Amino acid sequence: MSNSNLLSIKSLSVSFGGLKALSDVNLELDRNEVVGLIGPNGAGKTTLFNALSGLADVESGSLEINGKSHKWPKPHQLIDLGISRTLQGVGLFPELTVLENVMVGDYKRARSGLISSALGLSGKDEAKLKQRAMTALERVYASGIAGRRADSLPYPVTKRVAIARALVSEPKILLLDEPAGGLGAQDIEWMNSLIHNLAAQCSVILVEHHMDVVMNVCDRLYVLNFGQVIASGEVETVRRDPSVVAAYLGVNS
Amino acid sequence: MLKFITAVLTSLTTGSIYALMSTALVLVWRSTRVINFAQAGQAVLTTYIGYEVIVRSGSYWVGLIMAIVAGAVIGAAIDRFFMRPIFKRITTGPIVMIAPVVATLGLLGIVQAIIGFKWGLTYQTIAAPVSTDGYRIFGSVIAFSPFNLMVLVCVTITMLLLTLLFQKTNLGLALRASAHSPEIAKLSGIKVDGIRTLGWALAGAAGGLAGMLFVPSTYLYPNAMDVLLVFGFIAAVIGGLDSLFGAVAGAMVLGFAINFTTSYVSSRLVFPTAFIILILVLLIKPAGIFSNKKGRRD
Repeated sequence: MSNSNLLSIKSLSVSFGGLKALSDVNLELDRNEVVGLIGPNGAGKTTLFNALSGLADVESGSLEINGKSHKWPKPHQLIDLGISRTLQGVGLFPELTVLENVMVGDYKRARSGLISSALGLSGKDEAKLKQRAMTALERVYASGIAGRRADSLPYPVTKRVAIARALVSEPKILLLDEPAGGLGAQDIEWMNSLIHNLAAQCSVILVEHHMDVVMNVCDRLYVLNFGQVIASGEVETVRRDPSVVAAYLGVNS
Repeated sequence: MLKFITAVLTSLTTGSIYALMSTALVLVWRSTRVINFAQAGQAVLTTYIGYEVIVRSGSYWVGLIMAIVAGAVIGAAIDRFFMRPIFKRITTGPIVMIAPVVATLGLLGIVQAIIGFKWGLTYQTIAAPVSTDGYRIFGSVIAFSPFNLMVLVCVTITMLLLTLLFQKTNLGLALRASAHSPEIAKLSGIKVDGIRTLGWALAGAAGGLAGMLFVPSTYLYPNAMDVLLVFGFIAAVIGGLDSLFGAVAGAMVLGFAINFTTSYVSSRLVFPTAFIILILVLLIKPAGIFSNKKGRRD
């Protein structure tokens, strides 16, 4: 294991009822690395994200972050581990403003006790919270719409805001679930360069169907099929792997 | 003219008490997507607790505070030990939506039976802490008293505090976030279960306040709050169930409609008026006339 190893998942298995959604999956992520998770629909990509973020029950498997072994987190503990994720689709709070949506992502860092909240003692904290949320919005070029309600935004912009919310807690690991899904060519290009830039500050695991995005931004790939890793390694190597071509790339591109 | 002024003032007073009840229902709806029919039972139970405290301490104000505190504690306990296990056990099937609501109806029956057992079915009274004699305007007494004024002031302060909590604090942000997308809220580090229980506690406190402000104008008995539950529910639906502003606005619409019907037509038409408004809203604008929900674009 290299010194720069940040996240290590070993022998992860997840079942739904009798169905094995993931079996014996291993995954490594280094610092400042962008790792792509690809595979046909139902291969288990989102299930892996869900297992890692406490939304799916882990049957067996171990989790190491920074060389320290951790229990599989509950959803609300994810941020404590330095991990944040976006959801497939949009996943914003429709009736909150853009700024509030991003501030929610930083909830853990703000003092939020009932008493201090009720007495309004958190004013200073709130100012800092707002400042950090604005910084996160600037990183996705969305600070100009901070006051708009989330449900009034065009779809591509909501994707940016969702990423800003994931960034505001300054995660070490960012899980992006189909960030380019539903975007047009221009927005996809923009997303490409954003993910490139993000890798300077954190590591990224990317689930994405747009192959051009995957090929463009990823350092390494894991290919899932029927809940198992069928190939992994450098992008070019994986691309030429016959089993991958058969299972996925050959069909889709 | 005097009749009109009186009707306006009475509408404001009754509307503000409905507003407490509709706010309680909306708080629970927002936190757990349940219409809490037990709210009437919780409110009357906390009012009995307030009544007992008044009997022992001799002070309405001590009773009021204890009723609010007891309302919060009972609300939180019901969510933690009754509703949460139900939510955890029933996760699939057609019964998911209906089971928790039926559970609150069952709870209402149980709470009222316990109250009947403990305090009997007789009518008790709680004396108002300030005069209930109507003010004099132009030499005639109107149906608006210092106690009515106190009710208005108490409800206004409560609503302002709730608005501050929801709009200006980080905890309020968590309450609003958890209401709509508990899953994303969890992933953002919010302990959604605790936030839901807080919603139930706030609702219980609002119900306790409603009881203590309502009963001095009438009597205390196990079903004393049933009528408030009905009107609070109608007001909440008018307001779109989802927003605190809607709950208050809906309650005011209902308060005015009911009092103007009583003053200018007949008090026998109070319930038909309320239900006609409910049906009209459901037929014409089912999301509520004050709902701030916009059409979804995706």
